[in-house]
Amino acid sequence: MGMTMAEKIIAAAAGVESCKAGDIETVTLDRLMSNDGTTHLTIDMYNNLKNPRIADVSKLVWIIDHNIPSDSPKTAASHKKMRDFAREHGITFYEGEGVCHQVMMENHVRPGELIFGADSHTCAYGALGAFGTGVGCTDYLYAMVTGTSWLLVPETIKINLHGKLRDGVYARDLILTIIGQISANGANYKAMEFVGDGMASLSMADRIAICNLCVEAGAKTALMEVDDVALDYLKEHGREPKAIFKSDEDAVFSQVIDIDLAEIEPIVAKPHFVDSVVPVSECEGTKIDEAFLGSCNNGRIEDLRVGAAIIKGKHVADKVRFLVVPASRAVYKQALKEGLLDIFMEAGAMVMNPNCSVCWGACQGVIGEGETLISTGTRNFKGRAGHKDSFVYLASAATVTASAVRGYIVSAEKL
Amino acid sequence: MGKVFKFNKDVDTDQIIASQYLLFPTIDEMKTHTFESLNSEFAKLVKPGDFVVADENFGCGSSREQAPSVLKALGVKAVVAKSFARIFYRNSINIGMPVIVSKELYDVVKEGDDMELDLEQGIIKTGGTTYSCTKLPAKMQEILDQGGLIASLNGEI
Repeated sequence: MGMTMAEKIIAAAAGVESCKAGDIETVTLDRLMSNDGTTHLTIDMYNNLKNPRIADVSKLVWIIDHNIPSDSPKTAASHKKMRDFAREHGITFYEGEGVCHQVMMENHVRPGELIFGADSHTCAYGALGAFGTGVGCTDYLYAMVTGTSWLLVPETIKINLHGKLRDGVYARDLILTIIGQISANGANYKAMEFVGDGMASLSMADRIAICNLCVEAGAKTALMEVDDVALDYLKEHGREPKAIFKSDEDAVFSQVIDIDLAEIEPIVAKPHFVDSVVPVSECEGTKIDEAFLGSCNNGRIEDLRVGAAIIKGKHVADKVRFLVVPASRAVYKQALKEGLLDIFMEAGAMVMNPNCSVCWGACQGVIGEGETLISTGTRNFKGRAGHKDSFVYLASAATVTASAVRGYIVSAEKL
Repeated sequence: MGKVFKFNKDVDTDQIIASQYLLFPTIDEMKTHTFESLNSEFAKLVKPGDFVVADENFGCGSSREQAPSVLKALGVKAVVAKSFARIFYRNSINIGMPVIVSKELYDVVKEGDDMELDLEQGIIKTGGTTYSCTKLPAKMQEILDQGGLIASLNGEI
């Protein structure tokens, strides 16, 4: 019987010929990413181990991106603990360089790798044909100490993409539509694999946005075949694949979903669930207090170009804050070079340093009681962006920017 | 015997413990904020041995292990839900907190009901009725039996 891409990556990492959904395999990890959301706790647990050691320090990547720059003495203490530990043990360490997943895509992820990240959006790495999955700090610590972990081999949902997205419709509209269709636990424990002729028209930025959000349907990982688009990206960033896998013709999928990309519409995900997806028109006119363009989902140069083209020569609406947060230093510098940051600044936006920003709701841009945010972030859970009684709508860079200009939710084509 | 605290479906880990508390130095400093957005009295009212009972997809969203950790630190004996999100489920077992799948319990218990759990037998007693729970996969039961993954790791190294 044939194997899926997920099964092949796990089999390779487990050193076995084959495996199938439902098996439990002991795997050797290729890379272990951790950020400031939990690493201080991992370090405390490490220091309390009977015999603390690191299996292979070259596989560890630690990134401070959630609360950077630090917002309080408590955060500063947790950051210091992480920074000092990384230095002492020679761990690859980034601080202020960007959102962890963007930093990983730019600098580390290789096709065929099996990667644990102490962050749920680690599934983004599937855009380069790597099996990335989110874990908690205890799983992370176990893998850091032993170099291994155990994995339940997931079933795979195959998503066939056909055709092309229409102008003004983005990868983010697509993945949110899929999540709305299959629901917040529609892919729980499963891998989501994207294939089909529609892949050819999707850029790496699109692909990362799609894979990154699959955890919002509960997915364990997301995967895409490695094609020329992926290989060009790798080459541009000076890396080679570890291995290139693709699902066999006779692989078994738990579900197959066909999507005609031309039918996807601009959408928003309403508070407080990522799967509460409706056409933008249904929320048109909803007053906003803040707009956010950024995050590991939608803070890449392509997204900033979309926003800048919309807001050029216009101005952010009265009483609205518009936060523009490039996903990494590389994205920031490119946006600077292209004059995009000038456009945003002249339009009255606030351009922030690369970080998770209000997407994670604990550092900058936090919203107050009763306020509404429209965001290109990853989640719209109750209180996600600040006060427990506030509201977050998720939308594409185009819809977010158009709404920032108008002061209420509106699609870019109506601007 | 413990009391039931009941929650709806798709309770995400931001509701269990909000982002703004995650970088506090210790779980003990975070735990007083558990479920703040959904039930601001929870951390004050919950007693060791009490239960969290929820609908489908409990613990979805972020991989923050602080979510099961604050529940354990407050003495929650187990979370019983119709289903769990993957990372929360795994994290709970890893820290030695029982997570139990029961398709029927949520629909029959009320907030504040008394409940009893026999983990070994895999049964829950409440309101004079006994309910059986879904068993953990063997690998996870083994980790839980050892008191969590760190205890298991300390045995290995």
